[in-house]
Amino acid sequence: MLEPVRLALVVAAKDIRAELRSKTALLSALVFAALVLVIFNFARDPTALAATDLAPSALWVTFAFAAMVAMNRAFTVEREHGALDALLLAPVPRGALFWGKLLANLAFVAAVEAVALPLFVLFFNVDLGGALPGIIGTAALATVGFVAVGTIFGAMAVRTRFAELMLPVLLLPFMVPPLVGAVQVTARLLAARPLSEMLGWLRLLALYDVVFLTLCTLAFRAVVDE
Amino acid sequence: MPSSDGPLLEAVGLHRSFGAARVLRGVDLRLLPGDVVAVVGPNGAGKTTLLRLLAGLTRPTRGEVRVLGVPLEPGAPESRRPLGFVSDHSLLYDDLTILENLAFSARLYGLHDPVGVARRALAEVDLAARAGDRPRALSRGMLQRASIARALLHGPRVLLLDEPFTGLDAPSAERLRRLVGAWSAEGRATVIVTHQLIEAWELATRVAVLADGRWALEERRAGDLASFLPRYHGLIHA
Amino acid sequence: MTSSLEHQAASHAPLSLDAARRVIRRGFAITAIALLGVAATYVVAIGFTPVEAHQGLAQKIFYVHVPAAWGALMAFSLVGIVSALYLWLADPRLDLFAAASAEVGVAFSAVMLTTGPIWAKPIWGTWWTWDARLTLTLFLFFLFVGYLALRAALHDPQERARFSAVVGIMGLLLVPFIHLSVYLFRTLHPQPVVLKPSAPSLPWEMLRTLLFSTAAFTLLYVGFVTVRYGLALAAEAKALRDAG
Repeated sequence: MLEPVRLALVVAAKDIRAELRSKTALLSALVFAALVLVIFNFARDPTALAATDLAPSALWVTFAFAAMVAMNRAFTVEREHGALDALLLAPVPRGALFWGKLLANLAFVAAVEAVALPLFVLFFNVDLGGALPGIIGTAALATVGFVAVGTIFGAMAVRTRFAELMLPVLLLPFMVPPLVGAVQVTARLLAARPLSEMLGWLRLLALYDVVFLTLCTLAFRAVVDE
Repeated sequence: MPSSDGPLLEAVGLHRSFGAARVLRGVDLRLLPGDVVAVVGPNGAGKTTLLRLLAGLTRPTRGEVRVLGVPLEPGAPESRRPLGFVSDHSLLYDDLTILENLAFSARLYGLHDPVGVARRALAEVDLAARAGDRPRALSRGMLQRASIARALLHGPRVLLLDEPFTGLDAPSAERLRRLVGAWSAEGRATVIVTHQLIEAWELATRVAVLADGRWALEERRAGDLASFLPRYHGLIHA
Repeated sequence: MTSSLEHQAASHAPLSLDAARRVIRRGFAITAIALLGVAATYVVAIGFTPVEAHQGLAQKIFYVHVPAAWGALMAFSLVGIVSALYLWLADPRLDLFAAASAEVGVAFSAVMLTTGPIWAKPIWGTWWTWDARLTLTLFLFFLFVGYLALRAALHDPQERARFSAVVGIMGLLLVPFIHLSVYLFRTLHPQPVVLKPSAPSLPWEMLRTLLFSTAAFTLLYVGFVTVRYGLALAAEAKALRDAG
């Protein structure tokens, strides 16, 4: 296996193993997601607005905010005992380090989404029909994009005093294109619309992923090397 | 191509500024196999900054560090391989056992049989019994041994220690001194940054005083502590 | 106030307080001319430009609203481009310039975002519309705020410069995606009211006033940024001099 790929997997595996021990970030994010869904449900008037109109937005807002809770841990754990120094000292290329953190973040956010989605179906009485594979695919496409940006911003935010505030302030504008695209596609999938109506948005999501994955990988060394 | 003869590490003309503060103003250093250099000096002299520059954790504003003849650069990962770094932080993850911590480090360095290597490293610092413990369960002395084990895993030729004697009890300090002595005998080079001159004096082949971002005094250990001390105190209390 | 200019001291001309002060004076001069230009724009817009038939007098805000939006976009583009140059050339003056552009840009976007509703209410009956220009400027505003908030939270000048540069470049690359999102949204969701903040073909008098106003605002941007940049240079030069 290519050395940078192996190193990225080593870093990701370490993060996942450590998080599975402490579970703090995962549990916080999961509880957060569940609560947001509950609030959305109580906040709407079931007679005024059909569930399917509000549902995709509720789902994606939930995913977005829960993801930010989950992504915060990526670099705060490295700060605790200066462990980032050890990562930077080892012969690990910065791009591999970024991808390791990215893959771990993706694993956590995917876990939260995997729990939030069934809750969503339950609370909103959504008839998935045959839409599930499409929703999962769209979720993957949109999530990759904003998690990439969230990973690099997390590395920056951790150097400030209020990292938990700085990350959302920086990240939210960047979440808009993937979120809007995801909501649009999800709504159409649930309404069983033809693929042609979603292609524009899907292309947007894919293009966003390519551009920002590349940019964040290249820019990471500017963040992490003093 | 790393060269095996010649200095293990060579730092030339190191300057480092943080904004308007010029912390290092032209520092050279040459490490030959067996060297143990104690870097002492008043607080704020730039000792930790110097160590981080030597470790490649910070880039100099001016100047260069070469390890085994190869310039140290963030973009050249392999240039860092011969270095080992022990900070006053443990550099360990709270949620992993110290064995898992070390195995992770072994994997980062691409070592074969990472868990086996980690176990042996812990045994060498007498921590084999605590392999399954988390860092939080260890005393300061044990944590430091674990950090040292982590730093040694990949067989570094140059060891950089930042304030290693802080908070150590006498037996742990003695153990550390013996370790450093063994490294020197093995042909490794060690740089110890410390403000505890007395502790370091016994170990060091060279003592260098950093004051105001520059070398103010250097002494081969041929001299004796009694004659060195007044000059040293004169500098740090100046 | 710490200086960020030491870090490439060897390869760039030494900074003098006098040079910085010259930059500030030049900036004030440009700003003065620009302000005259903006005042002249008002005179021309109110006195010498025909009143728009459908929208009435309220439409005149258009001559401030559009150039302010243009100014914000220009400011942001420069932040992104200069950030990229900073990461390539490592000249700390580029970082100071990017920061100056961001500060001016946040002001221009704030102007645009406040004049927008003031205009929209009497004409369309709503305070806010999600048209392309307003939406984009809103995003620029948030990006500026994030950029400046990050800068305020970082104290090491080099770290601040590096991180800001990355955010600047990423922000600039986000802009086309925002634009694309708005475009896709609007083509698939035709607005119930046809919003035409600017008619595609303006009568010559209006176009002339608009161009004049845009030129005045561009000059105002240049003036403000020059002054702000000069102030930053002066602060750095002073910090360097004091540090010895």
